[in-house]
Parts: sequence; C-alpha cells; structure tokens
Amino acid sequence: MAEQTLTAGTDLPAITRSRGNRPRKALDLKYQPGFGTVAVCCLVMLYAPILVLAIFSFTAGDSITRWGGFGIRWYVTAIQNEGFHHAALTTLKITITATIVSTLVATAAALATTRTRRWPGQTAAFMVINLPLMVPEIITAVASLSFFALLASVLHINFGLGNLILVHTVFCIPFAYLPIKARLEDMDLTLEQAAADLYATPWMAFRRVTLPLLMPGISAGAALAFIVSFDDFTITQLVAGPGQTTLPLFIWDHTRLPLTPEINAMSTILLGVSIVFVTLSFVIARRRRK
Amino acid sequence: MADIAAVEARGVVKVFGGGQDAVRALDNVSVAIRQNEFFTLLGPSGCGKTTLLRLIAGFEQPSAGEILLNGKPVEHLPPYQRAVNTVFQSYALFPHMTVAQNISFGLEMRGTPKEKTAGVVEEMLGLVKLSGLGGRKPTQLSGGQQQRVALARALANHPEVLLLDEPLSALDLKLRQEMRSELKNLQRTTGITFIFVTHDQEEALTMSDRIAVMSKGQIQQLGAAIDIYERPVNRFVADFIGDTNFVEAAVAGREGDYLRCRSAGGLDLLASPASNAGAGTKVTLAVRPEKITLKRNGDTGTVAQSVYVGTDTNYDVRLADNMRLNVRVQNAVDGRPQFAVGDKVGIDVPAGATRLLQD
Amino acid sequence: MAAADIPAPTERLVKAQALVRKRWLKSRYGLVAPAIVIVGVFGILPLMIMVIYSFLKAGDYGGVQWIGSVEAYVSFLFQRDIFDGTLSFSSDYLEIYIRSILLAVMTTVFCLALGFPTAYFMATRPLSQRTAWVFLITIPFWSNLLVRTLAVMLIIRDEGVVNDVLRWFGLIDKPIIMLYTDFAVMLGLLYSFLPFMVLPIYASLEKMDFRLVEAGFDLYATRGRVLRRIIIPLAKPGIVAGCLLVFIPAIGAYVTPLILGGGKHLMIGALIALQFGSSRNWPLGSAQALILMAGVLVALLFYVRSSTGKAQTLHG
Repeated sequence: MAEQTLTAGTDLPAITRSRGNRPRKALDLKYQPGFGTVAVCCLVMLYAPILVLAIFSFTAGDSITRWGGFGIRWYVTAIQNEGFHHAALTTLKITITATIVSTLVATAAALATTRTRRWPGQTAAFMVINLPLMVPEIITAVASLSFFALLASVLHINFGLGNLILVHTVFCIPFAYLPIKARLEDMDLTLEQAAADLYATPWMAFRRVTLPLLMPGISAGAALAFIVSFDDFTITQLVAGPGQTTLPLFIWDHTRLPLTPEINAMSTILLGVSIVFVTLSFVIARRRRK
Repeated sequence: MADIAAVEARGVVKVFGGGQDAVRALDNVSVAIRQNEFFTLLGPSGCGKTTLLRLIAGFEQPSAGEILLNGKPVEHLPPYQRAVNTVFQSYALFPHMTVAQNISFGLEMRGTPKEKTAGVVEEMLGLVKLSGLGGRKPTQLSGGQQQRVALARALANHPEVLLLDEPLSALDLKLRQEMRSELKNLQRTTGITFIFVTHDQEEALTMSDRIAVMSKGQIQQLGAAIDIYERPVNRFVADFIGDTNFVEAAVAGREGDYLRCRSAGGLDLLASPASNAGAGTKVTLAVRPEKITLKRNGDTGTVAQSVYVGTDTNYDVRLADNMRLNVRVQNAVDGRPQFAVGDKVGIDVPAGATRLLQD
Repeated sequence: MAAADIPAPTERLVKAQALVRKRWLKSRYGLVAPAIVIVGVFGILPLMIMVIYSFLKAGDYGGVQWIGSVEAYVSFLFQRDIFDGTLSFSSDYLEIYIRSILLAVMTTVFCLALGFPTAYFMATRPLSQRTAWVFLITIPFWSNLLVRTLAVMLIIRDEGVVNDVLRWFGLIDKPIIMLYTDFAVMLGLLYSFLPFMVLPIYASLEKMDFRLVEAGFDLYATRGRVLRRIIIPLAKPGIVAGCLLVFIPAIGAYVTPLILGGGKHLMIGALIALQFGSSRNWPLGSAQALILMAGVLVALLFYVRSSTGKAQTLHG
C-alpha cells in the first residue's frame, strides 16, 4: 500500500500533473475520481427516455418512432379525446378531494405530534399515520379491494367514487404530514411564548402566529399529496370500479391499442403537471428560507 | 411609603427533571422587588436568574412557593393572564408581521380598538426612536433596531412589570453602551418596574437600583450596586464582581468596629464587619486591588510583575510566605506607572477596606 | 440537595395545572383523531381483513367463502394432486419470490453504486449549481411512474429509438430484443428507483460537516480512505433510508414488470394481482401478500435495529 508520506493524500501529485490546465482539482478536497462522470451519466439516463417521449409527442407524422416533422396535432387529438376529458375530470375530483382532506387531517396530526411533551400513545399514532409509506403499493391495493368488496357484498355499502377518494386520502396523509411536521420543528418556539406574553390565548397564538408561519409547510404537504394522488396507478387500477377511469388508467388502456403519438402527448401532459408541482414546491421552499 | 412590592417571590423552588437527574434550578428563593425599580438579576449561566424571570413571566410554574404581582398571587396563571411583558434575548419578533403590527399585537389581543392602537404605536415608535419604520418587516432591520422594536412591543401594553432577558447580549459594544443609558432613561420616564437579567456585571452596576447576585439557584446577596461592590458578603460575590484578593487570615482581636486579623506574608488588616470571633479563628478576607496602597522603599513585598492597562497599572506583588497580592494603582499624571518590577514596597490597607467573608 | 424534600406547590397551582393538563391531553387526542380514524379504518382495517381472507376458502367466482381453511398457505409451498389429493412440494411460487427478492436486491445494489457517487457529486457542488441538480433529480422523483416506465418501453422496443439508432449507424442488422426480458425489468426498476436512492443520500451528505473530511485529510488519509472511513459512515443514515426506499417498492413492484416484463417471468406484485384477477383465488392472493409483508417487516426491523444501534455509538 502507498506509504503515508507527509502530504495530504498521496494520490494527488499525479492529478496535478496530468491536468495541468486545471490545478484546482488536485487541491479540491471534495473531489472523488469518477463521481462527476457517474452523476452526469445518471442524469442523462434519467432524462433520456422522458425527453424522447416528449420529443416524439411533437411529431406531425403517424409513427411513434419515425419523426414526421414538427406539429402539435397529437396534442389536439388528445385534448379532444372524450375519454381523456372524462379521465381528467375523474382524476381531478379524486385528487383534489383527497388533497384537501389529507392536508387538513395531516396538519392537525402534525400539530398534535410535534414539539410537544410526550403523551401516551404518541409513538403509536406516529406509526399509524406513516403506515401507508411502509406498505408496498400492491398490498395496499389488494387489501383495499378486499375491504370494499366486503363492504359491498355484506353491508351493501358502496361509496362509488368515494371508495377511490378514501383510499387516496389514506396514502396521501403521510406525504402531507411529513413536510408539515418538518416545518413545525423548524419554527422558533419563542415566538409562541412571545404571543402568550402579549396576551394571546393558545387559540389566538395559533391563528395569528403559528398558522401563518406554518403555511409554507402546509403548501408543500398539499403539493406532495396532490402529485402522489394524481400519479397513482397500482392502487387505483385495482380498486377502481367500472367508469372510474383516471388519467394514468386511461393511458394504460391506450397501451393495449396500437401505439400512436397520442400516447406520447397524453404522457407529456402528465409529466408537465408533475413538473409544475415540483417547481411550485421549490419556489415555496425558497421563499420560506427568507 | 409602604407600597406593595411590584413583584414578590416567596420560597420559590424550581426543580427540573426527576429522581437522580433532578436539577434544583431555584432553591428557596424569596425576594421583593419594589415599585418603579430597575432591578437586576446578576449571575453566571446556570445560576437560576433566567428561570426566575420565566417564572415571573409565566412560561414555567414553580415546584413550590408563590409568586405575587402587586400583592396578587399569579403562579397559577398562564402568561396571557399576567400583566407582565417580556423582552426576549432573541427578540422573538413575529417575522410575518410589520413592525407596527408587532407593536400593536398585545393591544390587539386585549381588544383595544384600532383607532387607539395606531396612536399608541406612533407613541412607542417615537419612544424608541424608530419613527417612520412602522411599515418595515423585522428582517429588514438591524440588530439594534430589532431590539428597540421588541422593547416597544412590550412597553406598548403599559405592563406593571417589564422583564428583560439579557436583551443586550447580541449587540456589539458601542451599541450596548448606548442602549444601557437608553434603557435606564426609559425606565425612569415610564416609571415601569424593570427586572433585568444579565451575566455582565458592568451592565448590572451601571444600570440598576438594586442587584440580586445569584449562584446555584440562590440569591447570594441583594443590594444597591455600591453595597454589592464595597461590601460583598461571601466569597462568590466578592469573586464574581470585580477583582478581589482573597486572604486567609487568623483573628487577632476586636478593635471597635473592626476585627484585627493577621495573615501570612506579614499582613496586619483591620477588617469589617466586626464580629465576636475569638482570637485564632480562621477567616477569609477580601481586599479589592484598588484599595491597597503601595509605599516606596518598604520591605513587606517586591513587585514581581507590572501590567499596564491605560488608566491604571496592575502590579503583582510578592510577599513573604509565598503570599501574593494583586494591586491596582492609578498611573501618575504624566501617564507613567509609579512602580517598576523589582521595587521593594510596603503595603497599606485602610481600615474597613478589608471585608470579612461569611462562608 | 436531596430531591425528596421538595416542599409542595400551592393549592391553586396544583388545580390550575391539573385543568391545563386535562385540556391539553384532550386537544392532543382530538387533533390526531381524524388521521388515526381515516388510516385506521381505511388503511389498517383492510389489511386485517386481508389477513382473515387468507384463512378462508376461495369463492367460485372470485371473492371468498366464509369457511375457514389454510389451503392458501398450504398451496404456497405444496400442490395438491387433483386425483388422489396428495401433497407434493411445488417450488413455483417460491421461485417467483426468490427471483423478486434477488431482483430487488440487485436493483438496490445498482442504485447504490450509481446513486451514491451522484449524491456525493451533487452535495459537493457550489450552492447555485446544487439547487439546479436537486431540482433536476426531484422531477423524475415525483413524475408519474407509469409514464416513466412507458418511456423506457418506447425506447427499448424492437422498433424503438435505441434499435433505430443502432441500425442507422449500421452496428446491427436485426433489432436487439430488449423488451419483455429480465434485462428490461431490471433496467426499468433501476430507472424508476434511482432518484429514491439519490435524494436521501444527498440529504445526509448535505448536512455533513465537511470539516470532518478536512480533518481526515489533515491526518494523512488518502482520498479513498477518507471516502471509506469518514464520508460513507457519516452518510449511513441516508444510505440506509435510500436502500429501504428502493428495496421495499422494488420487491412489490407492479407497474414495471407489467409494462416491461410481458407476463412471462412473474414477479410477486403481478402474482398477487393475478390471484385477485383472473385466477380468482383471493385467499391465495391474500396469503401471498402477507408473506410479502412479512419480508418487508424483516427489512424494516433491520433498519430500526441499525438506526438505534447507530444512535448509541454516535452518542456513546
């Protein structure tokens, strides 16, 4: 093994020599050989398929693999597709409801379990709330299916779209909960003391101090819940009844048919929604840091 | 003049934790703070001063004892039901509200109508010399300005007592000195009782009407600045405030108001307060460096070290029996130190300048 | 300073504190109740129902018959001969489980091998670049899994972009068959879960105090040693989290094998779905799901054990 000579990092001199025009790398303590290349390759690998998908959605031709010039006709087709409308509407109904409910519920739960003296059952409550994160989707899917089948057959209860909304709400809760909890933990405790010192009752202190400062966390939680519900496939596919097609299910159905660039267009629209929400949550996070 | 005490603590005990890890932050503390007084709690970290302040504010409850505000017991009341306001060490300004909204917050919470609030806010801004900055957000202000907003926010409510938790510790020296005189003036102008917590003895000595020196959860001494400085009662107070020479001595006998004591190194001191301790009793004496006079060509000691500090020079004087004294002598009019290393000197301590410490 | 001789607080204080505590506890329970009820009734209860189902007999047209039976568990390992009813060991299901576990493990390992350098590189960029990198990695993280997997399918198809490009360059005559192979599933899993490994490790490394690394260099360590002995141990929480976030979904993966696997080599996810679909054997599907869940719990236990042990050594 290389001798321990009295210079930091015996592998440095070679690098200094071979990259004469960039001596800084030799002295850059953070440098690890090859890591940059791997990182760039990963980035390329992650984006290549979706970029190809997006690019081919703008083809004017009929083929999904042969470029036929630039055009947006497939977006027009997709947008005019009745099924697409219906699926979009269904998705929005489910997702918006699930987001609102899960965010409200998660906010309350975060307030109860964060920055507080321990109360009996607190750890158990935390585990229950985060349970959906620890169960693989397929298991949640079939369990929910069994549950609703039982409700329907034995108790004759069927909530219709409500079934899906309830299931979505369940797995949205932890996604909304964690950012809110994180934001709450970051908050300055003395602000609430100052409010109390200035004659604010606990409720007023919450309304005028805690809640406004918590809003970035609540927004981030809501954004996450929205995306997770919007994108869900596995659970939705197994629990959905007839006529309850969401956008991901609709796209899946289209893969069974002969492939046309319409599927690219629809997929790219979905990707666009995700990008919008990620950007939103980034902007919110940045503003909060001020 | 038999006013009720503005704040009174009776036998207050505060214990944190339980069992073997229990920490007694306050140990049977009783103190009465007078109306319109600038009262300071002084001590090193962990002495209990902040804990006592928090108990008065209501953020903690005592494990035992009572807290009275103008004669009314309040230890069972939450902070929002006590007519006390706090200036926090970190200011705790609400970042999402403007300066004006911060200042008016307490008034809002008590249901003051908007017309009246605006007037008070203007008045407060003028009081702390921040007029015109009502529309800014706290993050847009400097540290010193934030501190004044915190003050204004508390004072706007005309509390019976104002609590200040080391409010100047985050400011730089110049600003701190400015704020000291401003705070003192504010207290005199408004007439509100101030309870000030600090670990900085200079602050305490310059600003306070009375000081409570605390250590290990107990009040070691309570009195005006001059009392604390000139007549420390025990080793802790003598050591914490200013510089002190500690001299172990034996009682020779009582002489009127003084106690004659002899120590190693040939010192013969007249200490006060006098007591009826018998001859030979071992005692600890405290002598401030600036009280000791050095006489030229004496034979009691030799100057071993000389440190120039501008207005004075600190001399390290060696006596017989390995005794050492730290002596501070004002420099001569022409600015030069009066003694040099190696000079043989005599020691002279006026009667009563030596304090007998209880321990 | 004996703690035993604390005098008692005043009566009014005791009363006030009791009242406050009661109200406080009620508020805690009240706030957390909606979440617990929703997750309990619609998350935990279904799981329990599934447990019950696994001990029932299959219904003729799907669903269950309310007759107790351990047939589901038996048929996991054994096959009943239709004629004489004897049991013989059948490794079909076991093979599928083992293959899924292996695939999940391999995916985790590959994701770690690629993800760690990426996360490290990201964490050591200057702040302006770092935000850009995090943003770029976060987008696939939150993008629709179905769409991303479709994108992969579209490019590795026989008529897909990869084959087209290779053909165009004259490197091959016939299209390389990539879709509907184990390779495709592996690639798809890797592609899906790579961001899940990168982001937790990045979060850990970003919080790392780089002065510890500088101290390592100061003490004559080489780059490799610093990496092995300082950086990786410090990033351990992130690495463990990342591995869990990859392994658990990977082992129960449904979408990826569905689109890229073609139904030839089943994985656990598809197998379970099959029982609830055309195979009409809900108890078997429930049993298979529970066995999968048991595996996940074992992995989680490792995580809990490793993280609590770690906390002790770091602070001990």
